[in-house]
This record gives sequence, C-alpha cells and structure tokens, in this order.
Amino acid sequence: MLRVEHLRKVYGEGTRRPFEAVADLSVTVAEHEFVSIVGPSGAGKTTLLKCVAGLLPQTSGAVYLDDEEVIGPPEKMALVFQDYSRSLYPWMTVQDNIAFPLRRRKLGKAATRELIQDTLRSVGLGEAGAKYPWQLSGGMQQRVAIARALAYQPEILLMDEPFASVDAQTRADLEDLVLDLRDRYGITILFVTHDIDEAVYLSDRVVVLTPAPTRVAEIVDVPLARPRDQVETKEQPEFAHLRAYVWRSIKRPEHAATASV
Amino acid sequence: MSEAQLRQRAGIRISVRSMLDRTAPAVGIATAVVLFEVVPRSGLVDARFLPPASAMLRSLAGQVADGSIWSPIGQTLQGWALGLGLAMAIALPCGILIGSLYLLFMATRSIVEFLRPVPSVALIPLAVLLFGAGLESKIFLATFAATWPILLQTVYGVRDVDPVAMETARSFGVSAPRRLLRVTLPSALPYIATGVRISSAVALILAVTAELVLGNPGLGQQINIARQSGAVELMYGLIIATGLIGWGLNILMTMLERRLLHWHPSQRTGTR
Ligand SMILES: Nc1ncnc2c1ncn2[C@@H]1O[C@H](COP(=O)(O)OP(=O)(O)OP(=O)(O)O)[C@@H](O)[C@H]1O
Ligand SMILES: [Mg+2]
Repeated sequence: MLRVEHLRKVYGEGTRRPFEAVADLSVTVAEHEFVSIVGPSGAGKTTLLKCVAGLLPQTSGAVYLDDEEVIGPPEKMALVFQDYSRSLYPWMTVQDNIAFPLRRRKLGKAATRELIQDTLRSVGLGEAGAKYPWQLSGGMQQRVAIARALAYQPEILLMDEPFASVDAQTRADLEDLVLDLRDRYGITILFVTHDIDEAVYLSDRVVVLTPAPTRVAEIVDVPLARPRDQVETKEQPEFAHLRAYVWRSIKRPEHAATASV
Repeated sequence: MSEAQLRQRAGIRISVRSMLDRTAPAVGIATAVVLFEVVPRSGLVDARFLPPASAMLRSLAGQVADGSIWSPIGQTLQGWALGLGLAMAIALPCGILIGSLYLLFMATRSIVEFLRPVPSVALIPLAVLLFGAGLESKIFLATFAATWPILLQTVYGVRDVDPVAMETARSFGVSAPRRLLRVTLPSALPYIATGVRISSAVALILAVTAELVLGNPGLGQQINIARQSGAVELMYGLIIATGLIGWGLNILMTMLERRLLHWHPSQRTGTR
C-alpha cells in the first residue's frame, strides 16, 4: 500500500523566489488498485510522482510504501516518465534498454533474455528487440518504456502521462494493454493524466487536483464494471456521468482556495 | 510533368549533386596545385622562396622513396601519441570528476579559464627548465596543450547529461558506478569525441613546434635542417608532409567517432 501524507513541495526554497508547487497532498493507494491523478497543466502532478518515487526530496510530509518511509527510489517501484523519448537511451538497443535495470534481479543470462522477449511480446513489439529506440515510432518507443518498467516486475507502477503523445487509436490500445497487464501481473498503478476520459476509463478512483499550490480537490470513486471495454464501458450512462462529474470538479475555481481531503 | 518524370528528375538532380559533392574537393586541390605551379614559374614570386608545386612534391616523393622520411614521421607521431594519450589520461578522469561535482566545478572554473588560454609555446622555457630539450619536453608541451579541449568538453558533456535519462536510471535503482559507465559516459561521448579530435590536432602542432624550436628529432627538426641547408624544395615537401599527417589523423579521428557514435543523431545513417 502507498500512503502520501501531507506532502508539500516548495521549489527553490531559500532563494528569493520560492515556488510552492504542492501545498498539502494526502492520498492512499491500496494494493492492486488503479488510481489516476488528474489536474490542470502545472498542477504538480509530475512533482508528486517524483516525490513518491524518491527522486525528489519533499519539503515536508512523508511517503510510505508498505509502511516504510520512502527516502530513495524503492526497489519494488517503477516509473514510466512523461518524456519517454528522453528516458530511453539512444546508445542502447531496445533489449539493452530493458535489460539495463535488471542487473539487480540477478536472473542469469538466459532468464533475462526470456523475460525481455516475453515483455516485448506483451506490448506487441516482439520483433523490435535488436533495434534502437530512435528507429521506432513514438508510440512504439512509449511501449518500450512501458515494457522496461514491466520487465522490472514492480509491485507498484507510476506512470506520468504515458500516452500524451500518441494518436487516439494507439492510445486506446495502450490503455487496454495497461489494464490487461495489470490484471496479469497484479500491479498497483498510480497513473497521471490530464485526460479525464482516460482517467475514468482506467481507474478505480480518480484524484482531482487543484492548480498549484496543489491540494486534493476531490476523490471520485469509479464503480464501473471490469473488465472494461473501449466501446461498451464508454457508452454507459454511468461513464458519461462520472466523466462530467470529474470535469466539473476540475473546473470549479473555489477548489484553488479550499481544501477537501 | 508526370509524377514519374518529376521523380526521375529529382533522381538525376540527386546523382548530379552527389557527383559534384565528390568531385568538388578534387577540383579544389587541383586548382591549388596548378596555382602553386604557375605562380612561381611565371616569375610573379621568387622561385627561390616558393618553388613550383611539382618541385616540392618531387622532393617529398624522393624522401618517401629512399625511406628517409619515415623515421622523423615516426618521431613526430610518437610525440603526438604520447601527448594525446597522457592528455586523455589526465583530462578524462578530471573532467568526469569536475563535471559530476557542482562545487568542484565552481571551484575549478576560474583556474581552468585562466590556465587554458596560456599558449603552450610560452611554456617552452619552463619545459626546458624542467625536462631539458629532449623528448620529455615535447611530450610535456603536447600534453599541456591537448589537455584543455578534452577537459572542457568532458566537463560540459558530463554536466549536460539529460536529467530525465539520469532520473530514469536512479528510479530503477541502478548503482552510481553503473550510471556513470552506462549513462553519463555514453551521453557525454559526443562532447568527449569532439574534444579528442581537437586535441589530436593540437598535440600534433605542439609536437612539431617542439621539434622546430628545441631541435627534438622529428619532422619539425627536419624542416629546420632543410631550411638551414638551403633545401627550400625539401622544406616545402616536409611541410606538406606534416599537413598530410594532420589530415590523415583527422580522418582517423572522424572514423573512430563515427564508429563509437553510430547511435548519435549526427552520425546515424539512413536518416537523411
Ligand atoms: N525544478 C523546478 N524548479 C522550479 N519550479 C518547478 C520545477 N519543476 C516544476 N516546477 C514548477 O512546479 C509546478 C508543477 O510542475 P509539474 O511538472 O509537477 O506540473 P505537472 O502537473 O506535471 O504539469 P504537466 O501536466 O504540464 O506535466 C509548475 O508550475 C512548474 O513550473
Ligand atoms: Mg508533468
């Protein structure tokens, strides 16, 4: 279980122009849960993920993963960055990119190779292992980044707007892929997006953030049946209702001033 | 015009283009040679100071034929190789260290900015004082001059590593030494390669300079001897030889760079 307690992040503290990106943020993610974070651009979503991932020290508050405080990158966590093209290494082939974080797993050569091939196949890139990331399309690169995180076999996966720069069809495919992989591997997922449809479609709960300095505006339960389906789920009146509800929640300006946890 | 015709025309244009690309340098060289042949012969300049190109090349060919040029070339290249090698051995670790530690970067910045513009030639007296007029002095001068480009390029290359690339490795718990080896260094390699290429030219210049000024054995010394004995054509021939060596080394460096950086946008094949 992941617990974020009263997280606060001020950039440039002690300088003449400190910037309070995250004011006070508390959220919990249960095991195997899919939680989405939505909020306007600049709301501090990436900041939140970096603090949760132990990459960025918070100003105050704390993050706990299974009751252990996160002070550095936890071993059972993987992060898919918003900027996948910069997060893949152009000097490594796709296979090597995926193998790079696996050293700690001590699997042995053959097992590693098999794991990589399996994961690549599961994202539909079984043939791309020997290529370089820059020889692939944007959507394919994004899938490589996802495959790398999956091969790492994390218990919890953080994803920062992973589908922001792919076309609608690829996006729908990738969404279903992530849901499928989550079921298959039993991963907990914390998913950042600014696409409300996507958040509702994927999640068990949607956390709506206010603009910076960020607080939680509202947490919306999504009781839609699983497995979900791009057509059937999205044509349910319940889906439309939830979507509209989240939409209004983001647009409501009074949340900027008041906190509701 | 039909599409096929257009495409054909474009194809012709490209092949003409690539032919021009290939022949243009040859035409340039030929023009220069002809100019250097005609100008002295026409009496525009005194042929005693600028012999015709054919005479220069003939004397160079003579040296190649009787083998007397190889040993000075070897001596000059020895100075180049040791100078460049030592410079790399010093500048790479220092550059990585300075580039990785912000405080060290700030602390060393002004020292480096002060030392770097010191012309190595100004250190010749110091070199003689420290090492005498032998090979050590030549290597000292070449090393001193060749260290700066590599050092600076390494420092800035290491500092310029994409934070996202670094955070990715950190988030997966990759250890610091492995991050250095697999992320920082490859990402800084384009910078480092440029530094080494510049330093290679610099090391050659300083090796020849030391030979000219200090009388170390090598091409520089031979050039001086040719001048003193009035063998002007040979002097020019030897100067051309140093030029050719510099050119050859540059090609070598470029090839190495292409090899190591095949993944880099500047070297990727088939993207144009
Ligand atoms: N290193 C930094 N130094 C100073 N301010 C920063 C830094 N990183 C982010 N910020 C600021 O913090 C705020 C939140 O940034 P963050 O990247 O977390 O937003 P985001 O919600 O991820 O936005 P987007 O949806 O556009 O990705 C922004 O106003 C940004 O300008
Ligand atoms: Mg972001």
